[in-house]
Amino acid sequence: MRLISAASLIVALSAAPALADWQATLDAARGQIVYWNAWGGDERTNAFIDWVGEQTAERYGVSVEHVRLSDTAEAVTRVISERAAGQDSGGSVDLVWINGPNFLAMKEQGLLFGPFVDGLPNARFVDLSPGAAAAMDFTVPVDGMESPWRLAKFVFVHDSARVDAPPRSMAGFVDWAAANQGRFTHPDPSNFMGATFLKQALVELAPDRAALLQPATDDSFAEQTAPLWAWYDALRPNMWRGGEALPANQSVQQQLLNDGEVDIAMSFDPASTAAAIAEGLLPETARVFVPEGGTIGNVSFVAIPFNAANAAGAQVVANFLLDPAVQARMQNIEVLGSFSVLDPARLDDAGRAAFAALPSAPALPTLEDLGPTLPEPHASWMTRLTAEWARRYTR
Amino acid sequence: MTATRPDGGLLRAAVLGVVALGLVLPIVAGLWQTARAGAGVMPAIGATAASLEPLRALVALPGFGTALWLTLVTGLTATALSLLLAVATCAALHGRLPARAAGRMLTPYLAAPHAAMAIGLAFLLAPSGWIARALAPLVGWDRPPMIATVNDPAGVALILGLMVKEVPFLLLVILSALSQLPVRQHLAAGRSLGYGRGIVWIKVIMPQVWPLIRLPVMVVLAYSLSVVDMALILGPSNPPTLSVLLLRLFQSPEIGLLLPASAGALVQALLVVAAFGLLWGLERAGRALGRWWVRRGGRGLSAEPGLWAATAVSAVLFAAGALAMLSLLVWSLAWRWPWPAIAPESWSLRAWSSPGGGWAGALGNTLILAAATTAISLTLAIAWLEGEDRARRGRAGWAEALIYLPLLVPQIGFLFGLNVLFLRMGLSGGYLAVIWAQALFVFPYVMIALSDPWRARDPRLDRAAAALGAGPWRRLFTVKLPVLLTPILTAVAIGIAVSVAQYLPTLFMGAGRIATLTTEAVTLSSASDRRVTGVYATLQAALPFAAYAAAFLIPALVWRNRRGLVA
Amino acid sequence: MTLELQAVAVAPRGGAPLFPPVSLSVRPGEVATVMGPSGIGKSTLLDAIGGHLAHGFTLSGSVRLDGTDLLPLPPEARRVGLMFQDAVLFPHLSVGDNLAFGLARSVRGRPARRAAVEAALERAGLAGLHDRDPATLSGGQRSRAALMRTLLAEPRALLLDEPFSKLDAALRDDLRAFTFDHIRSRNIPALLVTHDAEDARAAGGQVIALEP
Repeated sequence: MRLISAASLIVALSAAPALADWQATLDAARGQIVYWNAWGGDERTNAFIDWVGEQTAERYGVSVEHVRLSDTAEAVTRVISERAAGQDSGGSVDLVWINGPNFLAMKEQGLLFGPFVDGLPNARFVDLSPGAAAAMDFTVPVDGMESPWRLAKFVFVHDSARVDAPPRSMAGFVDWAAANQGRFTHPDPSNFMGATFLKQALVELAPDRAALLQPATDDSFAEQTAPLWAWYDALRPNMWRGGEALPANQSVQQQLLNDGEVDIAMSFDPASTAAAIAEGLLPETARVFVPEGGTIGNVSFVAIPFNAANAAGAQVVANFLLDPAVQARMQNIEVLGSFSVLDPARLDDAGRAAFAALPSAPALPTLEDLGPTLPEPHASWMTRLTAEWARRYTR
Repeated sequence: MTATRPDGGLLRAAVLGVVALGLVLPIVAGLWQTARAGAGVMPAIGATAASLEPLRALVALPGFGTALWLTLVTGLTATALSLLLAVATCAALHGRLPARAAGRMLTPYLAAPHAAMAIGLAFLLAPSGWIARALAPLVGWDRPPMIATVNDPAGVALILGLMVKEVPFLLLVILSALSQLPVRQHLAAGRSLGYGRGIVWIKVIMPQVWPLIRLPVMVVLAYSLSVVDMALILGPSNPPTLSVLLLRLFQSPEIGLLLPASAGALVQALLVVAAFGLLWGLERAGRALGRWWVRRGGRGLSAEPGLWAATAVSAVLFAAGALAMLSLLVWSLAWRWPWPAIAPESWSLRAWSSPGGGWAGALGNTLILAAATTAISLTLAIAWLEGEDRARRGRAGWAEALIYLPLLVPQIGFLFGLNVLFLRMGLSGGYLAVIWAQALFVFPYVMIALSDPWRARDPRLDRAAAALGAGPWRRLFTVKLPVLLTPILTAVAIGIAVSVAQYLPTLFMGAGRIATLTTEAVTLSSASDRRVTGVYATLQAALPFAAYAAAFLIPALVWRNRRGLVA
Repeated sequence: MTLELQAVAVAPRGGAPLFPPVSLSVRPGEVATVMGPSGIGKSTLLDAIGGHLAHGFTLSGSVRLDGTDLLPLPPEARRVGLMFQDAVLFPHLSVGDNLAFGLARSVRGRPARRAAVEAALERAGLAGLHDRDPATLSGGQRSRAALMRTLLAEPRALLLDEPFSKLDAALRDDLRAFTFDHIRSRNIPALLVTHDAEDARAAGGQVIALEP
């Protein structure tokens, strides 16, 4: 008896304290309900989150309640107002789908729980070395405060039945829009996707791309964005509704594409077009295209607020999301079609097999089709871009 | 000397206490919190010095001026046009259409929540929408026309959307006011003196109707100036109206924006007050001008075509509303429905077939909230009216004003502050907080709906019962409530409709955790799947419909052998 | 059992009394009549006696029934029956249930209560109408049902507020006789308010004229 417990003690000690901690986390998590605040505008994502909840409930006794947001900022505000009211524990948000400025805001204001990512057993499948895609969020170091779950890469969508030659560069959009009056638009820049469109153009048009990786200053912003505004001024008059009205987000724009009101949509998910076709939300002829220079990409994360009532359960969910089988299911075009954040080199055979067995679809681009992935500018650029755009183009 | 015994004192004190603490206090406290934040005082985020800085920051926001202007234009135009159309339609159709039939025709429009109606109208009116699809083969559009018909920068679509909901409401209000006046006689008298139908309405009937509909018109005005869900779906986006702008600020991750947002909430409250002032001024001016006009004695026989034109416009609005609701149902059953097909290419029940994936939960929450808020509101309303009965008092003017208070103060103005308070009390994010916040709006409507029939019932029934030895509780449960079954069920239906339609209180107080059909429908309206949105919006509209249908059918069934109650 | 009114006057709060103080003593079995022009407050006087006075009126004087002061009692405890111009049957109850509503608590047990109601219907010439909708009765039937309902509550006095004025002449005589007979046989005091001198004559009791 004594021998066995001593042996198990040795095993526990040698297996890194993290794993013992993980068992404690699992124990604490059992029976918790994790309020996962996540954008709810995509039914397939919603269904996937539901599935995750079913699985974690079955395996770990952790159920997930999906709080559907129309904008991630809602969750951030909620945490802020809870802190404002002095509620430092038992908060209403347990897990939040986040990245970019929202992450920066929460990290800077000390609103996050963690670091916790290193403690997740499945983090070993992710490349978290400094500078790796999953270790940086808009050039801001993640520092273990948020855990990756899906890969995002900016792409355009067009209906190949109506458009045979989509623009080949961001600069090319000006001529294309002039030739196809009112057939192009982009989401409102106050929305993540609209801001990303501006960033994509900025990355291509900025005189010095390296400056974008540093925090923006008044001078660098003025200098680097000057060509962008000239380009936008030329583009805007030929946009849908003369650029006076913009779709609220990419979903609304996808609907406009489906309705035939515009010819181009955009997405942060290269597989979303094939998925939307399968869902009957886009015509069979919809296809993905990217400018020749490549597009910006980033990783979507989940983070845990500092006052989360169910932080243990939230970690269990974050870890489950990194399970190779879960990631393969997520990448399955018939389920969600969202690219995995795992490092293929770190997968075991079973994990590799799971990914190899995934089905394909005509509108699903290959990795080669997608071209190079450009780094996101520092988050301060997005904040400034959005504000400057609003200043320039709001009546 | 014996005064009449002060009966039911305890009941009245309890009702007054509940109303003061449950209804007035939250609004006042919420406004106070918002006002403090608007003046730059919010210690929790480190803002302690009162200043005009939040207001300055608000004014400096891009598009603030336009947003303010848009709010005024859409709110005032929608209210003025709705009132004009409702009055003219009433003038043209009164006496030609039985009041009961008219009431029944209006019910679906009253039952349909604003958000559902807006979602339907957005599809109906869009350049790629139903109307454009019907026109496409005639006009030869191979692509949707480039006309901004929804989310247009001038807010025309928003005005239309508001009118589709407000014209039926005002019609009903006017009809119920008319039932208290000898309209037929006045009309006959006026016309025998050579006045045209329309002019008799304006010169004789309306001056009598106006005092009876002033408060509901103010409710419409306040609502139109502060509407959130409809403005999100149909209104302009860059900039949006003030309430949407404020919602964005309140939900922004930048904590500092809470202060200008609060200042904006105050600006909005002031805007509503100013609009009330304008209404008051117009009423005064109208009275002076009207007297002069009446004395001049113009017969205005030519007003009749105007009435019919207005009625035609109303009919178009009604048709648009009906098509909008129908389009929701069709979308929920569609699979592929691309431009320019007028009906779906393929049909599917998929959107309906996964209740576990979404709508069942939202439906459940909606039902729980509607049941709880309506039950609380009805109990309180009955207690209030019964308290009046026991004290043998009629209605009190101040009490009436109190009931209307939540409907006249812009929601965003006190909900934010109230949420801060609820958070401090640890109430936010739970059912209790949402039920409480919704009841603030459900109770007034239930009370308004119930109080007139309650006070209009035959008082001799109570006396007869008392003379037969029935005490106050037996009188209440065996005489009053059964006799008032129809108005009670109507009040319940209205309560359910109001609860189902609540967007902002549910969003703010529920901390997003309590998803209802309305919050989900509004969220989904900015998503890409109209079919799923169609399911939520259809359910959202179906619930109040069902409640109204029950309010109509249950008494007919229960009292099928009681002619005295069905008539 | 005697109904005694001692200097009873009703005034709106802060206003002049509606009529000069009324003093009156009604013997058991007697139907006294109060007459006067409309608006004088005849019905208000009945409300005062029955305990149904609206808020905002003050009542002076005293009302005693069989020596008991009625004024401190709530209406349901006064045991003073009330008959209206229209019969005011409860529209949601059947004719029989209307009577059962009035039937005194002292009659216990379902069969006994049912029998008492049926007997009362029989007496009122309404046999077989137990389950009828009151709205389908004729005016005379309604009035008789209402009287029976009132009597089943075993009142110790009866107030009649122009109960015959809406009936046509032939029916009126009939119902007067029916009502007054019942009052006499119960031997309770009754106070009748009316416009109709014929009513007063038929009542045969003392007549009081209210004048401003």
